[in-house]
Order: sequence, then structure tokens, then C-alpha cells
Amino acid sequence: MTVARFWRENSPRYNLKASKCGNCGKVSFPPRTVCPECHRKSIGKMQEFQLSGKGEVYSFSIVHDAPAQFQNQKPYIVAMIKLDEGIMVTGQVIDCELDKVEIGMRVWASFRKLGEEGPGGVIHYGYKFHPEL
Amino acid sequence: MREVAIIGIGQTKFGELWDLSFREIGIQAGLAAVYDANVASEDIEALYVGNMSAGRFIDQEHVAALIADYSGLARDHIPASRVEAAGASGAMAVRQGYFDVASGLHDIVVVGGAEKMTDLPDAAGAAIQDSAADQQWECVFGATFPALHAMIARRHMLDFGTTREQIASVAVKNHKHGALNPKAQFQKEIKLETVLNSAKVAEPLTMFDCAPLSDGGAAVVMCAMEKARKYTDSPVKILASSQSSDTLALHHRKTITSFEATRQAMRKLTRRTGIEVSQINLAEVHDNFTISELIALEDIGFFAPGEAGKATVDGQTQIGGRVAVNTSGGLKARGDPIGATGVAQIVELVTQLRGEAGKRQLSDVKYALAHSVGGTGSTVVMHLLGVA
Repeated sequence: MTVARFWRENSPRYNLKASKCGNCGKVSFPPRTVCPECHRKSIGKMQEFQLSGKGEVYSFSIVHDAPAQFQNQKPYIVAMIKLDEGIMVTGQVIDCELDKVEIGMRVWASFRKLGEEGPGGVIHYGYKFHPEL
Repeated sequence: MREVAIIGIGQTKFGELWDLSFREIGIQAGLAAVYDANVASEDIEALYVGNMSAGRFIDQEHVAALIADYSGLARDHIPASRVEAAGASGAMAVRQGYFDVASGLHDIVVVGGAEKMTDLPDAAGAAIQDSAADQQWECVFGATFPALHAMIARRHMLDFGTTREQIASVAVKNHKHGALNPKAQFQKEIKLETVLNSAKVAEPLTMFDCAPLSDGGAAVVMCAMEKARKYTDSPVKILASSQSSDTLALHHRKTITSFEATRQAMRKLTRRTGIEVSQINLAEVHDNFTISELIALEDIGFFAPGEAGKATVDGQTQIGGRVAVNTSGGLKARGDPIGATGVAQIVELVTQLRGEAGKRQLSDVKYALAHSVGGTGSTVVMHLLGVA
């Protein structure tokens, strides 16, 4: 993925910054310009909203057949995490034995390296999840 | 809206067609359909080509013009359009052709689908399949297309008690059907243990839970029903076409063990035709992964949520069962050249409705359903066919 394509999403990816509709209160992640519930009524009323990064594993898989940029991490856990605000995100679960991950497990987000643009290239960062401390 | 008939079908063999190029595959399928329909090339008024990613698979965009050219239709300057909706590209091309004829714009339209996937290494092909999911918010974190379906499977197992063996039995059944289809990529039966013990892709799914990378093409010729008898004694009628969409990312759904887009698309078909699911005994559904077939069967309404796995093990979805599902072998065994897949489903249903399916022929089929999915349920296109 090119530098610009990654860089422009840095705020939500680094900090789990979501948006909240000023009309109905619905939280969206990644942030949206228009509320998917209120449509027109939400225009100009979308506010920034900070997610806690705490939640639980909703479902997961252990990836063995990994894309090129994840070859050195396989096998790794990828999961859908239901955050306490009700928002669901996809991310890796790290610092966890492969046979210890389970649905319902409490996890916290942390800021980690996601990948890089080849040797000497720009490093991409974002959230991964680890078991609750 | 006019009634629309399918008067010709054609399909290449699916598989690793190393001796054939993309254009040869497309032409082979198209010419077979045109020959079958007995139409002259000057009768063809428009062409649609379903294709997901020729730009990445073979560095060639603009493939509708390419196919029109090499099939000799460029001479007549007919409109030729490419249609893309990831895994549902072919089905959506069928839908566009249906619109053209139903609206009265054209009398005869050719709809094809083709993909050339094995010119690239497997890993590159898999990365292109991943692009049906949300690159920015799923794949960038390490989710793959199989992993997203694995998460669906894992959640389905928890919520409904579906077993690993029930999921794997879909592949066994589809290989059994594929063994009866001379155009299928895999014409060999497999054992349950083969699925369970093959290489892990994304747990709990293994290699035999996943549809293969394939080359292949399929095509149909559509005609206004009022003129169809001029060309054939056995036109098949498109009773209805429907399409629904959902969020691109799987994690934005209320549930992941059901695709609301399938439920909505099926509801539209029922509303438009008055035909209930209980009247349908043949279906080609989108089994890009084993778990996908189970949730498709539950969302369409053939079985209650959580019951499709048990029904599969009990043989209710094989030829001779309550509903014969994927008599072609499905994406799993017939093969999944992405852009061709949705068209190949129609080819199989027409073959069955004509009574020309040979060893896999159903004894009595009145209504036949095609269900095609793009991404993880983000696009669903469905068609209901019947004998005219």
C-alpha cells in the first residue's frame, strides 16, 4: 500500500478516532462524513469521538496462508473485536498463545507496527490487540 | 417489462487452462453459446462481460472491447460493457443483459464471464481475491478473504453448534457432484478426512474448504421470449432477477453468521414471482468457502438458521435430496474463475432445466435458483429460472 494511502488514515489507525453523529449519537469507525442512520440530517454535525480500545473477541481465525507482507508473522491470530462502545473492528491479537485465544476473551488495543513498504521503506503503524492486563 | 428467455449456453472446461489465453477462453465460451442459440452474429445487439480483475491477473483492462473484437462483434460496433462486482461479477453481467432485453432495448444479448487466474503465482492470485474485502480496514491488519470466512465459520459453530465435520461435508458433497460434470475443474470424489487434514489456510478452514484458483469462461444468449421460439424449442425463462448490497467490511454487520443481502435478494424474488422457497428443488449457490454454502442455504430459507450443516450431512442437499445444491460441483469443484462463476451457475441451471445434464440430471425440476456473492456478502445477485 502506498505511503499516501496509508498516511491519510493515520488518525483513526493510530488513535482509534471515530466519529459520532450529533443528531442521533451513533458512533462510526472509521469516521464517516455522513451518518449511515441519519443521512442528510447529520451533515455538519459529525463530531470526533475517541474509542477506548477495550473490548472482546467476537470471532477469530489463525492465519497460516498469509499475504506477502505478513509472511514473517505466520501463523498469527486475526480477530473481530467488539469494542465496549459497540463498534466492531478487525485486527490481530498479539502476545497470546495460539491455543489460548477464544471468543469472549477481553482484549486491549495497543499501538504497533503493522508492516513496511519493503526494506528501507516507510513503516506502517496501527492498532493490534493484546489480552487484557 | 418483457419476458426474457435464455436460448443458448456455453462454457469452457474450468481449471488450469495453461494453453489458453484470456481472450481464447472468452471466445470459446461465447461462440459455444452463440452456436447453441443458433443466432447469427448480426442478430446480436449487445455484449456484457463479467470480470473481476483482469487488470491485475493479466495486466489487461478494457476486456469487453477485447472480447467484442476477437469474437468478431467489433465489426458491427455493438455496445460491449464489462461488469465488476468481485465474486458476483458474472451474475451482475447476467442481470445487465436481462435489463436490456426486459426493457425492450434489445432483443438478443450475449452475456459472458471470464477470468484467467493461473498466469500468476497462487499467492498473487489470493491477494487479488482479498481485494473483494475492505483493503483499508480489514486486509491491512492481516485479515485475508479465507480468514474472514473462517471467522464466520467459527462464530456459526459457537452460535448454532455447527460442527467442523458438518462444514467440511459441503466440500465432500460438491466434489461428488463435480465428479459427474465433465466441465468441472475437479472431477474426483474426496473423503471427509481429506478436508479435515489438508493444509490449514485460516483456522478452522483448510485448503479443501476453499474454492480453487481457476481459469474459465461461460456465456449465455438472452432473447425476448416472444421471439425465442424462432431459435429454440426449449427456451428457459428468467422469472426474476434481484440484487442487494451490504457493508463492505464484515465487521460492520449486526451479525456475521447470516448475509442480510441474501435474505433481501431472496425476498425480492419471492415477492416478484410468488414462488416460495419450498417450490424450488435446484440451486447453484456461492460456495467460495464451505461455510458460505451453509449460510446461503439458511439465508435463502431452504433450512432454518443452524440447520444447513446437519441437512448437508443427511444428504438433503445432494442430487436426489430435498434441494439439489450445486449440481455442477459449485465453486468448490466446478471451479471459480471469478468473472465466469455467476454465468456458469446459469449455464448449469439451464442445462438441468433442459434435461441435458447427463449423469447429474435431476428427475424433476421446475424452478431453479442462482445465488452469487461479491465479497463477504457485500453484493448478492440472484436469479430464478424456470421452463418456459
